[in-house]
Amino acid sequence: MSTEKLAVLNPVGYPPKITAKQLAPRLDSLDGKTVYLVDPRFDDSGLFLRQLQSWFADNMPSVKTKFIEMNNVYTKDDPVTWEKIKADGDAAIVGVGH
Amino acid sequence: MTLDNKYGVPTVALHTHVFEKVVESVNRVHGMPRAPRAFVPQPVMGKTAAQLRAYIEGKDPITGRPVMQEVIEGLTQPIDDAEILNEKLAYAATPRLVDADSEDNLQQMFLDKNWTDKLPIVLPTEKRVKEMLAHTSHKPDEVVGHMRSTHFRDYWEYTVEKVAVNAVMAGARPEYFPVILALASTGVTARGSTSSSAAAMVVVNGPIRNEIKMNSGTGAMGPFNHANATIGRAYGLLSQNGQGSSVPGVTYMGSQGNNYAYNNVTFAENEERSPWTPFHVEQGFKPTDSTVSVFTGCRSTAFTLGVRETYWREHVRSMLRGLDAHSQPTFLLDPITARQFIDRGGFDTKEKLIEWAYENSLMAAKEYWDYQLIQNYILPRATFGEEPYASKLKAAPDEMVHIFKAKEIHVIVVGGETNGYWRIMDCNYQKTVSVDKWR
Repeated sequence: MSTEKLAVLNPVGYPPKITAKQLAPRLDSLDGKTVYLVDPRFDDSGLFLRQLQSWFADNMPSVKTKFIEMNNVYTKDDPVTWEKIKADGDAAIVGVGH
Repeated sequence: MTLDNKYGVPTVALHTHVFEKVVESVNRVHGMPRAPRAFVPQPVMGKTAAQLRAYIEGKDPITGRPVMQEVIEGLTQPIDDAEILNEKLAYAATPRLVDADSEDNLQQMFLDKNWTDKLPIVLPTEKRVKEMLAHTSHKPDEVVGHMRSTHFRDYWEYTVEKVAVNAVMAGARPEYFPVILALASTGVTARGSTSSSAAAMVVVNGPIRNEIKMNSGTGAMGPFNHANATIGRAYGLLSQNGQGSSVPGVTYMGSQGNNYAYNNVTFAENEERSPWTPFHVEQGFKPTDSTVSVFTGCRSTAFTLGVRETYWREHVRSMLRGLDAHSQPTFLLDPITARQFIDRGGFDTKEKLIEWAYENSLMAAKEYWDYQLIQNYILPRATFGEEPYASKLKAAPDEMVHIFKAKEIHVIVVGGETNGYWRIMDCNYQKTVSVDKWR
């Protein structure tokens, strides 16, 4: 019985190179820290984050939360907002997006 | 991810649970497979404050752990950087050839690997691909372009040979290859991963239409012409394979899917019977140039018969109002209807019809701004000053505002004059490129 293989061309493109990236050092604790709640302005995400803000007020009052909307649609980078959070905050929660 | 990695701010991302595999995949391709995240149930849209609070106080539907515990741990628990940097994140290499012991098993392999549109394909043998390559002056290893399925992914690359492989798979004849290469060169994917389930639309203009016997007449948008059918299919296959994949739940998130995507509504404009300037000439090409134009975002279609003498304005306004406010209407007019628009409205150019459509597409501001897609994609731009949206945002709630932009309305003539049916397709014009460059 023949074991000859039939070969054809692969239709898949060439992938990008992936470079592993470091994440920011995590905080020891959220006590007394400022956490930005970043609204990507997608599908009622702002309403969700307002409830998250309320949860922190009720359950972790030592955490200061700041609600901030992205400057544009969520598909665009937003360096102005990122710089503001970096200068004025300790951590961030982004949501809810895809 | 940018905030965490580039700006050094510890960040947790919250997502809805149906995007679990997408999030995992996107984090990985961005080199941050362990980026902290938590999931809440889908949907968030339309839920009450109490329901959203219950999501927050509930459990992550993926892990079963409390959502807020995951959020707080994501901001405070150390992450082993050395371990991350040592992870093997690279995609598998793309070998030039694949093999199996029979044609049936090769067909099954292509199906199993999600390299097809689930219809049988023509196997891309060396001989068939070589025949396809003979119909362009470009070298097989020339890079044609790059595509990705969403804004959040990196671009994949494809060569002339890769385009030829997908063209063979689609059943395209070698003489169609310059059109398919031109489509590939746009870098516009026909397999976008939008949850709105959009397809592409392709319009061919110029002499190439007749050279390869494309249909611009009776049945032009249906399954009746080999070139129309296989060029559009090749564009779809090239898109899904050229960008790496298009797999539901991972790299394709169209909630309902879209059967326009089988051949991406590919047809030729009926220049011979149109009373107006061909579409490619409007875009700055010469009538003797051969071109292909790509539209994306095709989801909905409105239709009617003819342009009635007394109430045609009301009928057309109703069709335009039937589209989502975030649409870009493209009129697809049978030549009979094109001439009726001239008779009824005096639109002796496409521009005049477009201007009329713009002026007559109106909606109360309060209704316009309440559309979910306007909230997602236009309101953020309006609130930060982008015109004309910023001015529109100042309108009183009951003030009538324009729904569309005039420059985003288009007109194309197609059809065989068996009757005066016509449609408005909701789709976004992307670009027109030369086919001649790829001969």
